[in-house]
Amino acid sequence: MPARDSISTAIRDRRETGQPALIAYITAGFPKKEGFIQQLNAVGAVADVVEVGVPFTDPMADGTTIQRSSRAALEQGVSLRWILQELTRAEVKPRAPLLLMSYLNPLLAYGIDKLPEDAARAGIAGFIVPDLPFEESHELRNALDARGLALVQFVTPVTPVERMQMLTEGSGGFIYAVTMTGTTGKNVAVPEEVLEYFARVKKISPVPVCAGFGIRSREQVQRLAPFIDGAIVGSALVEVLERGDDPAQFLRSLRE
Amino acid sequence: MKHSLSKSEQQALIANVQQDAYPDERGRFGPFGGRYIPETLVPALDRLQVGVDRYLRDPDFLREFHDELHNWVGRATPLTFARTLSEKWGAEIWLKREDLAHTGAHKINNSIGQVLLAKKLGAKRVIAETGAGQHGVASAAACARLGMPCTVYMGSVDMERQAPNVGRMKLLGATVVPVTSGDKTLRAAVDEALRDWVSDPNGTYYCLGSAIGPHPYPYIVRELQSVIGREARVQILERTGKLPDLVVACVGGGSNAIGMFHPFVKDKDVQMLGLEAGGIGTGLGQNAASIAYGTPGVLQGCFSLLLQDENGQIQETHSVSAGLDYPGVGPEHALLASIDRVKYEAVNDDDALAALAECCAAEGILPAIESSHALAGAKRYALANPGKRILIALSGRGDKDMPTLQRTLLKDVL
Repeated sequence: MPARDSISTAIRDRRETGQPALIAYITAGFPKKEGFIQQLNAVGAVADVVEVGVPFTDPMADGTTIQRSSRAALEQGVSLRWILQELTRAEVKPRAPLLLMSYLNPLLAYGIDKLPEDAARAGIAGFIVPDLPFEESHELRNALDARGLALVQFVTPVTPVERMQMLTEGSGGFIYAVTMTGTTGKNVAVPEEVLEYFARVKKISPVPVCAGFGIRSREQVQRLAPFIDGAIVGSALVEVLERGDDPAQFLRSLRE
Repeated sequence: MKHSLSKSEQQALIANVQQDAYPDERGRFGPFGGRYIPETLVPALDRLQVGVDRYLRDPDFLREFHDELHNWVGRATPLTFARTLSEKWGAEIWLKREDLAHTGAHKINNSIGQVLLAKKLGAKRVIAETGAGQHGVASAAACARLGMPCTVYMGSVDMERQAPNVGRMKLLGATVVPVTSGDKTLRAAVDEALRDWVSDPNGTYYCLGSAIGPHPYPYIVRELQSVIGREARVQILERTGKLPDLVVACVGGGSNAIGMFHPFVKDKDVQMLGLEAGGIGTGLGQNAASIAYGTPGVLQGCFSLLLQDENGQIQETHSVSAGLDYPGVGPEHALLASIDRVKYEAVNDDDALAALAECCAAEGILPAIESSHALAGAKRYALANPGKRILIALSGRGDKDMPTLQRTLLKDVL
């Protein structure tokens, strides 16, 4: 099975138990560089898929929490090279598939020619690149495809239907359905029209639909549950780690 | 990462530039440009593109735009023969006086054009970023003129060093939001403006002030700023009967420079020189000269030359001028540099300040510190190449720089 299929399989397996899958985001090396692999395992023991965030100086799609965690990670010298080395060296890794979430520039600096091979060796199954729209993504998509790695696309509440069709068909692993227009981390109410939007995405998407941006509580997850295959938790989890609380316990609380 | 072009690739790019073929339909200037933004903004940029295609060449829109430029901005701005500088530098120095445009800099050309466009597109509010404060003031003024609510994002470091402009924006009715994230200067202000826009892509119009960002912004800004070069070209032909040997402008993101250069690109005998902020040295973090010291990469929506480390992290920059203090450059400048159509050099803080003082004393004109980089570069060229006719974009006036000048040039005087 190519690595990219492990993502959709993990999400569908969880969905079959009647629960949406949980996709957990952490900023690599936050709050401390030393605990990265240990933290990844703690999160991966509960989550069905883990997104490993590559810090970037200019995270334009992110709210204050991930801006803060990115800055703290960069100050400790976290880089894509370091993340891939740590993952390659790690003796114990989660069984949950791993995705790298990165803005485009750190990937370009690493080199699109070397990246897929090094990422595959590190156990990465796919990529999420929030500032790379579909039209600009061919070079990276083809390079990842050659190594069996996924490139996840986004849809949003303002995406026109024809475009939504193209993006869901072009997405690997799952489709990242943004709950709202805005940056990550704001608490979202889930009004009726948002549910309608998710129903629309669900209807046309050939890949699992996962909701992200502003997911913080079990209530939100439950309300979205009939319309989605998975929920993505980022800023709320980063805040748990920032406070030094137990990430596994927080993730379980979203599911129970 | 370096884009090294083969001879034949370079020839093809040169031919395309000669035919004014850029940006192409993908928003590219050769290899540079493009549209690297979150999916949420794609429909907004698609709508903006439709608006650009519909209005920027539309005679009615242009009539309205040029009416505002003439009767409200005060265009055409004069072309001043700098008698004393010409004598001192052994050249014929002509100054295109964008400092005399309403609100004191070229930025108003772009702001009034974009806010007009925002109205046509049915936007409910306008947001803008600002570094030196000139684009913020211009956008606030244009919004007041056209009855649009305006919010300006400004780095907290810049709010301090360009304090007079903060008060002006507030008087003009704008809400000024201090940006304390990132480097607290222009780049952080652009990030914050983008985050605002992502939150309301349907109702908000983002009035970007420089020739940077995702397509079609570099094109919009060039089209609206080209009035500078078009006027100057006519004026210098009228006054001297000849084109200049050299056209000079300062380059941060590059809006006044692209506006000055673009109308001269096809004039093969006219050389062009762009001056970047050389700051206090050539090392990372000591300057803001993205063409001189940068490498290709993607920042804030476009692929261009950037000041970044080997991990693709954007570097903090230094320049005495807030308006040039940006770690990237417009994609069209990256192209013009790659085919050697424009030469780009760095001018350091001290030389820029010295040129500012020289221009004040010689011509009775206080130029902005940004524009003083162009003066210093022109002086360097003139001293090495005697007897040339040099046209300089004096992009803005220096009143806003008084807090910085008090701490530097005037430190020992007062």
